[in-house]
Amino acid sequence: MINLTINGQRHELDIPDDMPLLWAIRDVVGMKGTKFGCGIAQCGACTVHLDGVATRSCVTPVSAAKGEITTIEAMADDAVGRKVQQAWLDLGVAQCGYCQGGQIMNATALLKQTPKPETREIVDAMAGNLCRCGTYNRILAAIERAADTEVSS
Amino acid sequence: MSRSDDKLLLANVSRRGLLKGLAGGAALLLAARWDLGLANEQAQFGAGAMPGGWVDNPNVFIRIASDGLVTIINNRAEMGQGIRTSLVMVAADELGADWGQVRVQQAEGDQGKYGNQNTDGSRSMRHWYDPMRRAAAAARLMLEQAAANQWQVPVHEVRAGIHKVVHPASGRELGFGDLAEAARELDVPGRNALVLKSDSELRFIGKESGLINGELKSAYPKAIDGEDIVTGKAIFGADIDLENTLYAVVARPPVYGAKVKSVDDSAALKVAGVKKTIRIEGTGQPAAFNPLGGVAVVATNTWAAMEGRRALKIEWDNTPAGDNADYSSDAYRESLEKAAQSPGKVIRQSGDVEAALKKADKRVSATYYMPHMTQAPMEPPVAVVRIENGKAEAWAPVQNPRATREGIAGLLEMDLENVTVHQTLLGGGFGRKSKPDFVIEAARLAKEFEGQPIKLQWSREDDIHHAYFHAVSVDHLEAGLDGEGKATSWRHRTLSPSIASLFAPDPKHKGKFELGMGFNTMPFSIPAIRLENPPAPAHVRIGWFRSVYNLPHAWAIQSFAHEMAIAAGKDHRDYVLDLLGPGREVDNLTVGDGWNYGEDPDLYPIDVARMRRVIERATGEAGWGREAGKGRGLGLAFHHSFVSYTAIVFDVEVDDEGELTIHRADIAFDCGPQANPERIRSQMEGACVMGIGIALQSEVSFKDGVAQQDNFDKYLIPRMPNAPKVVRVHLIDNPDDAMGGVGEPGLPPVAPALCNAIYAATGKRIRRLPVGDQLQVS
Repeated sequence: MINLTINGQRHELDIPDDMPLLWAIRDVVGMKGTKFGCGIAQCGACTVHLDGVATRSCVTPVSAAKGEITTIEAMADDAVGRKVQQAWLDLGVAQCGYCQGGQIMNATALLKQTPKPETREIVDAMAGNLCRCGTYNRILAAIERAADTEVSS
Repeated sequence: MSRSDDKLLLANVSRRGLLKGLAGGAALLLAARWDLGLANEQAQFGAGAMPGGWVDNPNVFIRIASDGLVTIINNRAEMGQGIRTSLVMVAADELGADWGQVRVQQAEGDQGKYGNQNTDGSRSMRHWYDPMRRAAAAARLMLEQAAANQWQVPVHEVRAGIHKVVHPASGRELGFGDLAEAARELDVPGRNALVLKSDSELRFIGKESGLINGELKSAYPKAIDGEDIVTGKAIFGADIDLENTLYAVVARPPVYGAKVKSVDDSAALKVAGVKKTIRIEGTGQPAAFNPLGGVAVVATNTWAAMEGRRALKIEWDNTPAGDNADYSSDAYRESLEKAAQSPGKVIRQSGDVEAALKKADKRVSATYYMPHMTQAPMEPPVAVVRIENGKAEAWAPVQNPRATREGIAGLLEMDLENVTVHQTLLGGGFGRKSKPDFVIEAARLAKEFEGQPIKLQWSREDDIHHAYFHAVSVDHLEAGLDGEGKATSWRHRTLSPSIASLFAPDPKHKGKFELGMGFNTMPFSIPAIRLENPPAPAHVRIGWFRSVYNLPHAWAIQSFAHEMAIAAGKDHRDYVLDLLGPGREVDNLTVGDGWNYGEDPDLYPIDVARMRRVIERATGEAGWGREAGKGRGLGLAFHHSFVSYTAIVFDVEVDDEGELTIHRADIAFDCGPQANPERIRSQMEGACVMGIGIALQSEVSFKDGVAQQDNFDKYLIPRMPNAPKVVRVHLIDNPDDAMGGVGEPGLPPVAPALCNAIYAATGKRIRRLPVGDQLQVS
């Protein structure tokens, strides 16, 4: 049995140790906000937070996912996550939207670590998240907008 | 190639002149325009010529609940272009709905009811703007009539406001919700009775909002799916979650046309969670949208299915694939380059090119190569299908629900009525999801599990190996210049496998719509022109990729025009403006075969004045002619596609190590009237980034018939550091022409503009894409 704590809720799952966290979240727990894009940590669509650190769930076996797992579904209840989401909405970042959950997870982890990042730091931090629609300029602008927004406690 | 008499008659009436007269917004003119439009559109061109045509019945598209909630039915695929927002916005504006009380519902695949639903060709807004406005205007009129009936006053005394109808004389008013039930009982008014809102009455249509070139004009509140997307609640194809679902993946033949010789599934069946393996017979070549065949593994979750597939031992039989098994990109490129040296099928000719070339003071010649690419939408192909009691139900991210239904019905030998297709959001499309092969494949598997939903997931490796590839292309051009550098002759040979090879025995020549994408419609004013198309066979599945054959045509023509300007010693912009000649309307029938993206050539000529205007705007905004500094340069390209006009200027820098920085892109775009400028900007920005990938990174190559790139570690697409530091989009204010496409026309000029800028910065001419390491200093 594998125990996962996702968004504060404990799940006891009868799954193999080496199943990637992505598929446990999607197919077994049934939460669909975390996306499959490549399976080899090249695109970032599957990004979750593991103890606050942006983590590619498609290459993280469930046996290694010991700690607090947070997914895009919980970001609206997170002060930093919500301001990032709001910046995304204000600037109309999303096109198809498929990668944007992963982008927001990565951006939120960045802003928690570095609340006022330099442009260069944002570009470096986001380089692992692909967007085929090509929304990068707006993603960058949205992260800068979120960084300039005070978190309401 | 003569036109029919009634066409000439219509041309004399000048629909375009009528359109231009609309700026004043007189109601009578509007009514006249619809009648004229109907007579023509349902016959030959535009939306009316598409399968299923258009529908403007408000009862099909608009529902109003008694609590006032307005639901607009969207009949087009949402794949990131924002159509669910923009088309709904058009209807809501005309109806007078309060945006906060508007919802969207996705239509099921049913072209009989909803009109054409095939979302490709940059047609959604261009073909549905008018019908949706008419549907909404009719609904508004019905609400007004219902109110007039209730108040027992003449209908001309009442008028619809925002989400209500008022009777100014008495001060009475009723909400849309209060009137909905009575309005529903009324007859739909005839089109002649409709009066569309004037521009000054519009609240959303054509209004700028959101982020404009780095400045936030107003937060963008209208994105229908925005909140769901940022909170992870939006439902894409992969997110359909039905009880009792089984999960499947398929091992497909690595070579196009190959078959399974033998399979040992004993190890696969031992993987925990694996239920069954299924051998799928492919239909061979041409594959069309049929499954490629192979072996499916069905399991209790996606991971188990993938692990099971890994454990399969399959021997493939390449015999039925023929020479596809020998397909090698390098050898193929060489063969096309060789074929380009000899004359080919003549597509267009004026003057004597060979004589003019012989007489030329200077000859310029170049050969350009664009490789295979794949669309690689972030959501790989995925579908859920359930078959029960002789009926099939599919949930899938498809651009063309009709073709999906037909494919499933064909495979299962069912009547079309017994097949339902629910269209989810698409996690990107770019043409890949125009092909419903993955849904038909899922239906093939679901057949074995009566009543149980099957979710077929393609991996990224599947997506890249078994794509419908963008056609590889070789373009060979030669031009003659006179003593002043002026072009006297132009010969262009284009060689690419045809998409037609997907559906019929390989024609080995490009078809009408392929040549019509910027090849035979080349608008330069040169005395002697010859366009040829030598043969090029297909060895893989060839398919649509955003903007399709415009990509190689624009890449070659726009690169070559720059090379001619260099040879002539002229400024690039001045030179191409001279090549284009004075502003005029080029008739598609005189330069091409009149395909014209299916649009009326009277409404949509190739308008050189509009082409010149986007060039002048983009170069003006970019500060063309300024001193760039060492290692820095500006590059220009422009293109007409999907009946819209785009020009782009890049400002780039290449350092001593060959490292490229894209400082800025200035894009000028003219699509005629703009329904939702904010989403037009986003399409231009996105196309710019995608085009940078086409220029710099993206290539699928083949060896022994097998795609050599597996995933995003080898098939490279742009990442944030590849994006320009600044992208500025300059929309041409042009409400008077007919509406053009938006989703695709931003893409074709990007790669040549970038390569022209690289030349300006370094003197290095790129003739083979992608640029890859060609700038690296060894």
